[in-house]
Amino acid sequence: MIQLSDITRIFHMGDQAVHALDHIDLTVDLGEYVSIMGPSGSGKSTLLNVIGLLDRPNSGHYLLDGKNVTDLSETELAQVRREKIGFVFQSFHLVPRMTAAENIELPLILAGIPLSERKARVMETLDAFNLSDRAQHRPAELSGGQRQRVAIARATILRPTALLADEPTGNLDHRIGSEVVALLEALNQAGTTLLVVTHDRELGLRARRRIAMRDGRIEADEQ
Amino acid sequence: MKLQDTLLFSFKTIISYPTRSFLIMLAMALGVAAVIVLTALGDGARRYVVNQFSSIGTNLIIVLPGRAETAGSFPGAVMGQTPRDLTLEDARWVGRLPQVRRYAPLNVGVVELSAAGRLREVTILGSTAEIFPIRHMKLAQGDFLSATSGNSAQIVLGAKVAQEFFPDGNAMGQRVRLSDRRFLVTGVLAEQGETMGFNSDEVVIIPVRHAQTLLNTTSLFRLLVEARHRGEIESTKQAIRETLIQRHDGEDDVTVITQDAILATFDRILRALTLGVAGIAVISLVVAGVLVMNVMLVAVSQRTAEIGLLKAIGTPAAVIRRIFLAEATWLSLTGAIIGFILGQIGSLMLRLMYPLLPAWPPLWANFAGIVVAVLTGILAGLLPAARAARLDPVKALSNR
Repeated sequence: MIQLSDITRIFHMGDQAVHALDHIDLTVDLGEYVSIMGPSGSGKSTLLNVIGLLDRPNSGHYLLDGKNVTDLSETELAQVRREKIGFVFQSFHLVPRMTAAENIELPLILAGIPLSERKARVMETLDAFNLSDRAQHRPAELSGGQRQRVAIARATILRPTALLADEPTGNLDHRIGSEVVALLEALNQAGTTLLVVTHDRELGLRARRRIAMRDGRIEADEQ
Repeated sequence: MKLQDTLLFSFKTIISYPTRSFLIMLAMALGVAAVIVLTALGDGARRYVVNQFSSIGTNLIIVLPGRAETAGSFPGAVMGQTPRDLTLEDARWVGRLPQVRRYAPLNVGVVELSAAGRLREVTILGSTAEIFPIRHMKLAQGDFLSATSGNSAQIVLGAKVAQEFFPDGNAMGQRVRLSDRRFLVTGVLAEQGETMGFNSDEVVIIPVRHAQTLLNTTSLFRLLVEARHRGEIESTKQAIRETLIQRHDGEDDVTVITQDAILATFDRILRALTLGVAGIAVISLVVAGVLVMNVMLVAVSQRTAEIGLLKAIGTPAAVIRRIFLAEATWLSLTGAIIGFILGQIGSLMLRLMYPLLPAWPPLWANFAGIVVAVLTGILAGLLPAARAARLDPVKALSNR
């Protein structure tokens, strides 16, 4: 469960202070499907980064699964991120020199899981994401949809409680984008909290809960 | 992240950038190879000198007439005084000391040698039969100056002298003239070449009394003494000194030097020289370290997005630092090992090209080369690794 209270994030652009997040209060329950929409600069990506513990708010409190994560050290944050959060990016962020299987294996290596177990889980995941025949391909040899499937497989292999997607279909054509959305929604059906940041109205409207942002504030929150 | 996974991860990264990795390793390898080859050269020179020194005798003590002061000059010569002679009688007294295995008086001069219608100037050594074992000289033909007939006019020719005067090899039993005195050739030295600037092939050896007459002197040039045991060299030196002071009415007017002392001095000088060259070669390792740092910094900015991703999937800064340090370690370690092999090959080639030079790299140089290379590599990796670890993940990820 994600509980944000009075979260503020200020960026300094020259001598100007920009309130990317302006006193945000937000609670997302386990298993929810939330879309966050808004124009560029409305603070939706910053909100996602704060929820994903990549960015620290200047003020406010953040409880993740009942635990205050506002004051954790960098190392503790990394661990919480590894265990509870999965990220999906618009530009996939696959490591170009690694094969699909190696990219998916990465979080397992970081978590210190032994090699034999790693191999088994990667095989299982490749199978579940229908990527078995692409296991030994490098990102450059994969299509956009396949790349994003690899990225989602990597984001979910440690079974995080929340999956955060920033424009997951932004670099994909409509048909492939729909497949990726279907995949994300299937993961949500299986119990993972899903937060999607998007420009795309059609994608945003699919979510059960829709948040609209403007100038660092939540403008609308529809169920 | 487990250690072996960190190592494997960074190893795979290195393989993924073959050109970059190859160039870093090459720089490291050349640095290490330079250390090894140059120290091999320096130490080879040291061993060469030590061997040469050892070949002129064992447990050798040399007595010179006159007193060498710290300045190295004979005060007698400066003051216009002649030091007291070192006589054959002195030599005989020294020879009676229990610590002395054998001794050989020595007079040296240049005299005209004529035989078989030929004429040339030769260096004559006036001594006794003991000179041969003391100076490790070997005879090709004939006999040593017979120990009992110290006064008879025998001559032993150096190999080259014998070859020049008697090209047919029939020198034995021939009569030759030194100045106006006649000598009977009773031996020819085996060819030994030059050691320590002294060529035994170009000399002739005659009994010491004849030499003193020929050279018109009563003082010995040197007295060579061989101590019985290596451990007794110092005490023997002391005993010789005391004997001679006693015989010279209480005056300390001889100089006694030991081969060991000279050898030790040369050894020290050449070791210092080797260290000096090694130090110069280490500079190339430091340069290689700077190159490692440079390339690693470029790698960090090239892989900014990857570092951002690693952070996003929950990699602590410490682990990212370790990944980059492991990379620097791999590069420098592999480079060092290649350099070690290159260095060994280089030293081998030196030994093949100059068989006289025992150019073996000393053990410490092998170790130092590798250790310094790895240490500079890791040090050079520290800054890039810290920079990678400090990257802000949000900025790193947006760097597309």
